[in-house]
Amino acid sequence: MLSFIQDHWSDILSRAVEHAWLAGLPLVIGLLISLPLGWLARRASWLRVILVGGSSLLYTIPSLALFVLMPLIVKTNIVDPINVIIAMTIYTLALLVRTVADALGAVSEETTQAAIAMGYTPIRRFFGVELPLAVPVISAGLRVAAVSNVAIVSVAALLGIRQLGFYLTDGYQTTYWAEVWTGVVACLVLALIFDLVIQLITRLLTPWQKAAVS
Amino acid sequence: MIRFEQVVKQYAGGTTAVDNLSFEAPTGQITVLVGPSGCGKTTSLRMINRMIEPTSGHILIDDEDVQTFNAAKLRRGIGYVIQHAGLFPNKRVVDNVATVPQLLGTPKAKARERAREVLELVGLPGDFADRWPSQLSGGQQQRVGVARALAADPPVMLMDEPFSAVDPVVREQLQDEFLRLQRDLGKTIVFVTHDIDEALKLGDQIAVMRVGGKLAQLADPAYLLAHPIDDFVAEFVGRDRGYRALTFAETPPLPLATEATVPLGTTPEQARAATDDEWLLVVDKDRPVGWIQPHVIAAPIESAMLHRGGTVARASGPLRSALDAALSSPSRRGVIAADDGTLLGTVRAHQVLQAIEATERPEVDKADIAPQQTSEHVDLSLDK
Repeated sequence: MLSFIQDHWSDILSRAVEHAWLAGLPLVIGLLISLPLGWLARRASWLRVILVGGSSLLYTIPSLALFVLMPLIVKTNIVDPINVIIAMTIYTLALLVRTVADALGAVSEETTQAAIAMGYTPIRRFFGVELPLAVPVISAGLRVAAVSNVAIVSVAALLGIRQLGFYLTDGYQTTYWAEVWTGVVACLVLALIFDLVIQLITRLLTPWQKAAVS
Repeated sequence: MIRFEQVVKQYAGGTTAVDNLSFEAPTGQITVLVGPSGCGKTTSLRMINRMIEPTSGHILIDDEDVQTFNAAKLRRGIGYVIQHAGLFPNKRVVDNVATVPQLLGTPKAKARERAREVLELVGLPGDFADRWPSQLSGGQQQRVGVARALAADPPVMLMDEPFSAVDPVVREQLQDEFLRLQRDLGKTIVFVTHDIDEALKLGDQIAVMRVGGKLAQLADPAYLLAHPIDDFVAEFVGRDRGYRALTFAETPPLPLATEATVPLGTTPEQARAATDDEWLLVVDKDRPVGWIQPHVIAAPIESAMLHRGGTVARASGPLRSALDAALSSPSRRGVIAADDGTLLGTVRAHQVLQAIEATERPEVDKADIAPQQTSEHVDLSLDK
């Protein structure tokens, strides 16, 4: 396996970067979309049923089916990475809308009431009080979504889109197990890096949490 | 001045939280809404800053209907303190306090400067400002809550059980400091509590509410203790009303007896020579510090040897303190001191009682004799 890594180092690295893009960009887009959706889901119970229930359902669509269907829906080429980006964004939404709704719901009623009483408008209250306090819970959901994204993106190898999943399919076809293991380990390392980055950002955004522990 | 005009709050299920409530909270005074849980006191409070909208009726601040204001802007002009303080955990203490000035558009640096001033005012100087709320005790958090409400210097403050979540010692301390602050600031305050003792201590005016959101009685503390309007109010105000009413009666000049005293460090022989009585008052720089039994001691008088049971009453204080001083003294002579703490003399319980009998009690309001009820029974028995 080591010799395989040595021989293909630059290829592994470039595929890892592609993989990171395909998994990471949807994570960011998905988070940005799920924030307003999660906020809306908190406004009325019927909205919650539609948004949280509906988004959770999306996660049950098989990834390969979504990758294949995407070109038909958005009229792109089957090997266009845009398909993967959109599909992965949908999966991210499926996980994060519920997380955001729950995270905002976990902000204590006292704090929310105090914010209203101080004269916050709903928008300012969201950005100034509710969202910052929801960060720890959102971050937990984001870590799950990140790992899940890294895993699902490898399926796109079947469509011939450049990423780390290629080593799994190629290695399997040529029964070259060192290559398969390389793909597995590379995905693992990538997922770990995502996880660490999210944890680091969370820590920077929530300095008060550290204070509470000490 | 805050005025409630026939305010009603009904919920969708048909329950009435507040029923035809009318009263005035005068400018610069503390009006306490007190009552058992479910009496609508918090609902009433929250209708003032429109966190709850009334079903009918009007609430006016300085003759302007609160409904005519934008809700968020209205709230920025009204200080609000809640139970458990409700601080924002994600903001440092200084930024919590700077919240309302910043919402009002004050630049951040200036808002923080103001926040530090107010924090000092509530007894949290220096580095407290840079801590996180989670690093403060309950009592300190509550002070920050008060500071946050005061930061934009609003003329009106709403306080919802602000001191009920802290232990009794801290609560008393916070209440005393709050009264001291209010003497300087003179805010128009509406204060909600379920604790009648807190209401009597803090209120210039007390509105007792009963379950169903009806106003049972509106009166100042002394009047409430002297003349509760019905069984509900009498029971709610509680036992020992006559004794507790003495808290609100000023002490008239009392016939003080000169008391023999000795300073700390006096030898047993000197102490026995100083008095024939069983008990002798010990002073430190003219301030009474405790009693001693001269025939019992075998060493020069030290602070630790003193009997501490007797309370010391200020001559300018309430009659309750004077009576308590007499009742609690082991010598049965109550110690009365001047405002600076120096001894004026002693008084006996019967002398205090004579003074009590001579003091005026609040006169019964004629409106209270015939309650405005439509019951025929009341009309017949009390009208003439």
